[in-house]
Amino acid sequence: MKILVGYKRVVDYNVRIQVKPDGSGVVTDGVKLSANPFDDIALEEALRLREKGVAEEVIVVGIGPANLTAHLRNGLAMGANRAIHVTTEDAVQPLTAARVFLKLIEKEQPGLVILGKQAIDDDANQTGQMLAALWDRPQATFAGKVEIADGKATVTREVDAGLEVIEADLPAVITTDLRLNEPRFIKLPDIMKAKSKPIDVIEFGSLGVEAHDHLKTTHYAAPAKRSKGVMVKDAAELVAALKQKGLL
Amino acid sequence: MSKILVIAEHLGGKLNSSTARAVSAAAAIKGDAIDVLVLSDAPDAIAAEAAKIEGVSRVLTVAKPENAHPLAAVLAPQIAKAADGYSHVFAPSTTFGKDIAPRVAALLGVAQVSDVMSVEAAHTFNRPIYAGNAIITVEADANHTVVATIRTASWSAAASGANTAPVEALTIDVPLPTHTRFVELNQGSSDRPDLQSAAKVVSGGRGVGSKENFDIIYKFADKIGAAVGASRAAVDAGYCPNEMQVGQTGKIIAPELYMAIGISGAIQHLTGIKDAGTIVAINKDGEAPIFEVADFGLVGDLFKIIPELEAALG
Ligand SMILES: Cc1cc2nc3c(=O)[nH]c(=O)nc-3n(C[C@H](O)[C@H](O)[C@H](O)COP(=O)(O)OP(=O)(O)OC[C@H]3O[C@@H](n4cnc5c(N)ncnc54)[C@H](O)[C@@H]3O)c2cc1C
Ligand SMILES: Nc1ncnc2c1ncn2[C@@H]1O[C@H](COP(=O)(O)O)[C@@H](O)[C@H]1O
Repeated sequence: MKILVGYKRVVDYNVRIQVKPDGSGVVTDGVKLSANPFDDIALEEALRLREKGVAEEVIVVGIGPANLTAHLRNGLAMGANRAIHVTTEDAVQPLTAARVFLKLIEKEQPGLVILGKQAIDDDANQTGQMLAALWDRPQATFAGKVEIADGKATVTREVDAGLEVIEADLPAVITTDLRLNEPRFIKLPDIMKAKSKPIDVIEFGSLGVEAHDHLKTTHYAAPAKRSKGVMVKDAAELVAALKQKGLL
Repeated sequence: MSKILVIAEHLGGKLNSSTARAVSAAAAIKGDAIDVLVLSDAPDAIAAEAAKIEGVSRVLTVAKPENAHPLAAVLAPQIAKAADGYSHVFAPSTTFGKDIAPRVAALLGVAQVSDVMSVEAAHTFNRPIYAGNAIITVEADANHTVVATIRTASWSAAASGANTAPVEALTIDVPLPTHTRFVELNQGSSDRPDLQSAAKVVSGGRGVGSKENFDIIYKFADKIGAAVGASRAAVDAGYCPNEMQVGQTGKIIAPELYMAIGISGAIQHLTGIKDAGTIVAINKDGEAPIFEVADFGLVGDLFKIIPELEAALG
């Protein structure tokens, strides 16, 4: 079985995002970029399934600009067998990303597609669900535990009410939650090895997916700031303050 | 003109309050009609609750044994069919809505607006990106159905009681897949207030130190009638179950009072409490970032302070 993994590059989660004063976007020049944390988890899960003998091949997929190569090399260094780079200079919205993944699925015929539950830049939380719909296959979102056996995935999902377990026939789409696993660190020799692993470069335009901005972003604003409050000296003062506000 | 279909969230035969919050967002569109769609194996009691929500024009029910559990692959094709004739389809931005709405959007061939915080116009919305560190205004194509999830913490629940919207059964004939099956739901049973709708929330973080120590948080919360939340670090360390996590990847909440105890205040945690009325922080580290956003801060050891708070409460 092949596993296709979504491997998006985003602004690192430790970066403090600044909105440009003219409201035209956020500052991305010179900021640190990293793999979407949920995608590292997706890749780790795929690698573990390969190590268990459930899968033979793990393919990382990145849709983005030409300079995505170094990022994809990281995925290869972590252990993916190969990478697919769909090149486009434009930002890719979830519906378009899902359509691209569907094209790659038609070609690669994977048994499983693992994506992050959300990309921490757009925070959309859509691509996996959209892909599953277009592909007409099961989706298991917010996965906290995955077991594959007998042609099906048993997935424990982190839902608001607790932990939900569902069963999905393969092929299927799984999206990862944070507690699924802890991604391994990349080791130096693996970086060397990754240099010889293949990256298929596919031009977005050649896939026959219409690139259309379904949603137009017209303005960016900084969020309303909470003002810093007061420090109280002890428990009694705190209780008095909260009682005065009618909160206790 | 706008006609909005709101997808009801329910569990155990009861309507979730997130539904009435999505109705509030639908009302902000100022359209012609707001219909609520209840998909269930036994929708009647849920529909009766939904019919009381102010602003609701009609409640539509789809009763099928396959709808006993909220499987996106099963519900989405029915919702996509029911969406015919509506300008908007709204679902709450809970794990239920986030799972289902994008699947509906893709079936309709349209984009989705995630986490609507406010409505500027029928096709213009504000929503957070980068864990709430930027708010964008997005415009959806007016020629297509708008599918959106509603950030529940940004909307208060529409009032309930006075309305008596008619309830109508819908027949929806679409093939339903059997490739996805519900196995079980493990719910932490609790008599405490629900974290997502509680007026008061007490949360514990890694500073609490252990699962056993977390009892001190539960006890204090019970004393003031609060729901209990946690940071991701506390959940990861096994102090409490995942459904208690507050933050970017947990629950986004807006209680009147939020007390963060032994929580440092990482940006991903703060995302979950931005809209809280009053934030209280108790932390032994006076430099902890949580104090930057706290309305009331108290520096000290939580194991000493909590008993003192209890004593001060009498
Ligand atoms: C993509 C992503 C998503 C994330 N999503 C979330 C999320 O949804 N929610 C979330 O919470 N986190 C989330 N995180 C994790 C987040 O970055 C922090 O790691 C986490 O919030 C830290 O939890 P904490 O404050 O409990 O622990 P710590 O940062 O370890 O802080 C513990 C605090 O307790 C204090 N303390 C210790 N002992 C005592 C004592 N006896 N008395 C008083 N104070 C004491 C310490 O001074 C310290 O400030 C996410 C991270 C990533 C990368
Ligand atoms: N441009 C992209 N390149 C690679 N993977 C992507 C891309 N966009 C979305 N994905 C995948 O889809 C997941 C969810 O993204 P989103 O729906 O944008 O929150 C991500 O975690 C990735 O796994």
